[in-house]
Amino acid sequence: MSIEVKNLCHVYEAGTPSESRALEDVSFTIENGKFVGIVGHTGSGKSTLLQHLNGLLKPTSGQILIDGVDITADGTSMLDIRKKVGLVFQYPEYQLFEETIAKDVAFGPKNLGIEGEELENLVREAIEMVGLDYEDYKDKSPFEISGGQKRRVAIAGVLAMKPEILILDEPTAGLDPRAHKDVMDMIKNIHEKYHNTVIFVSHNMNDIANLSDQVLVFAKAKLLKDASPREVFAMKEWVLDKDLDLPDVTNLCEALREKGFDLSETIIDIDQAEKEIYDIFK
Amino acid sequence: MIRDITLGQYYNADSVIHRLDPRIKIIASLLYIVELFVVDSFIGFFYATAALGLVIALSKVPLSFIFRGMKALLIILIFTFVINLFMIDGTIIFKLWIFTISKEGLYAALFMTFRLVLLITGTSLLTLTTKPISLTDGLERLLYPLSKLKVPTHEIAMMMTIALRFIPTLLEETDKIIKAQQARGADFESGNLINRAKNLIPIIVPLFVSAFRIAHDLAMAMEARCYKGGEGRTRLHPMKYGKRDLVAYVLVFAFLASIILLRIFI
Repeated sequence: MSIEVKNLCHVYEAGTPSESRALEDVSFTIENGKFVGIVGHTGSGKSTLLQHLNGLLKPTSGQILIDGVDITADGTSMLDIRKKVGLVFQYPEYQLFEETIAKDVAFGPKNLGIEGEELENLVREAIEMVGLDYEDYKDKSPFEISGGQKRRVAIAGVLAMKPEILILDEPTAGLDPRAHKDVMDMIKNIHEKYHNTVIFVSHNMNDIANLSDQVLVFAKAKLLKDASPREVFAMKEWVLDKDLDLPDVTNLCEALREKGFDLSETIIDIDQAEKEIYDIFK
Repeated sequence: MIRDITLGQYYNADSVIHRLDPRIKIIASLLYIVELFVVDSFIGFFYATAALGLVIALSKVPLSFIFRGMKALLIILIFTFVINLFMIDGTIIFKLWIFTISKEGLYAALFMTFRLVLLITGTSLLTLTTKPISLTDGLERLLYPLSKLKVPTHEIAMMMTIALRFIPTLLEETDKIIKAQQARGADFESGNLINRAKNLIPIIVPLFVSAFRIAHDLAMAMEARCYKGGEGRTRLHPMKYGKRDLVAYVLVFAFLASIILLRIFI
């Protein structure tokens, strides 16, 4: 599934004193199967953009094409879009409501009209995909498990709909380092297994550098940069000027270069850094 | 959809009405309600409308904004109108099948609707021009004499402040939950009444969980800042009447007197 966004604008509460422009003339293309990172400050329009991608918000102007189909046109089936594009909100654990984990995960596919054995298989697959044991967890209440586990269950609730495009808004916000790593590994596994398009918002530059093929930088409702992570992090001054940060590994290599060590410019890959540093001391 | 509710909302502007002491605004609003029930003629209503129009003009709140809040109450207005129109007996002026309209009914329907519109517009002006915090501050001060009778006035005011403060938060939370469930394919817009009610469960359960979480966090945060009730608590901005407030008091009571005179002599 490819995504094409053309001149997207969104204005909240147009015509009132609290009118605010959330997106201004945003255009970009995401090819099928890409892993895309979105960075930018709170209030830069990221969340608004994500909600457009599965039809929850209608653009004030502009177009969104998913596999060539304009989802902003009148008469598009919302259920079809929601099936194709799975959106995991920030703190998704706050949307859990069922008595058991299995029932909660089944909510999405059930809304798509899936029943019986097929439903159970989807639920089982989704729960195992997020790293929980189906038999152990299916009958537990989603309110009695830990925060990190709740997050996984909520993500499983979207995965069970088998979206071809998976969108995650700050999937690791508020998690401890261990749960953070688990969730990021899990997202990586999902991408490798299903070859779906993944879009994720993150403030963690290490994750952005590690995982994404393409980075979209937002600031003040505008798309400032659409490039590969290496290209983005090569513009060190610019990145810092936009109040963003460099990945830890890039910072380390830059510090070493300043001390006179012979390393390549803009290393964003830990394996590459390891190899080059090893070569120096060999 | 949820954002359209303007009832109880604050409209940010810089006007004489906004700057008035909240106490005078509360008293004026209460008197205004009483006055609307004192009025018994259309002339009185036109007089009250003119006065209200003047206050709205002074408040710089656009009319469209005030009427947008009224849209939600349209059903109540229509209901009142229709019930009065058909249910009151008297000299019949119109008859169709089982529906009859009497002269008295028409009069009562127009009269009640007029009164309701004025009531809603006038009282919504209070919250439109007063920040919730100063509103409850004002209320606390007005209720202060009752605290001598062991009425927990500070607690009442604090509960109201918190309730008002969290209306937008909970609305936002509801909006988020609705969207999250919609993203999972939930449909809240079609189906019959029973199905629609059932469809609310995925919204209501998480909303309750959120409300309790927020309440718990807030209680913790207040305790961490040594909140221990109203006793000995001082204010950052003590309320003081200014010249403007005294003028307002004079005008409010002059208006009350004129309404009473109108009732007696016309």
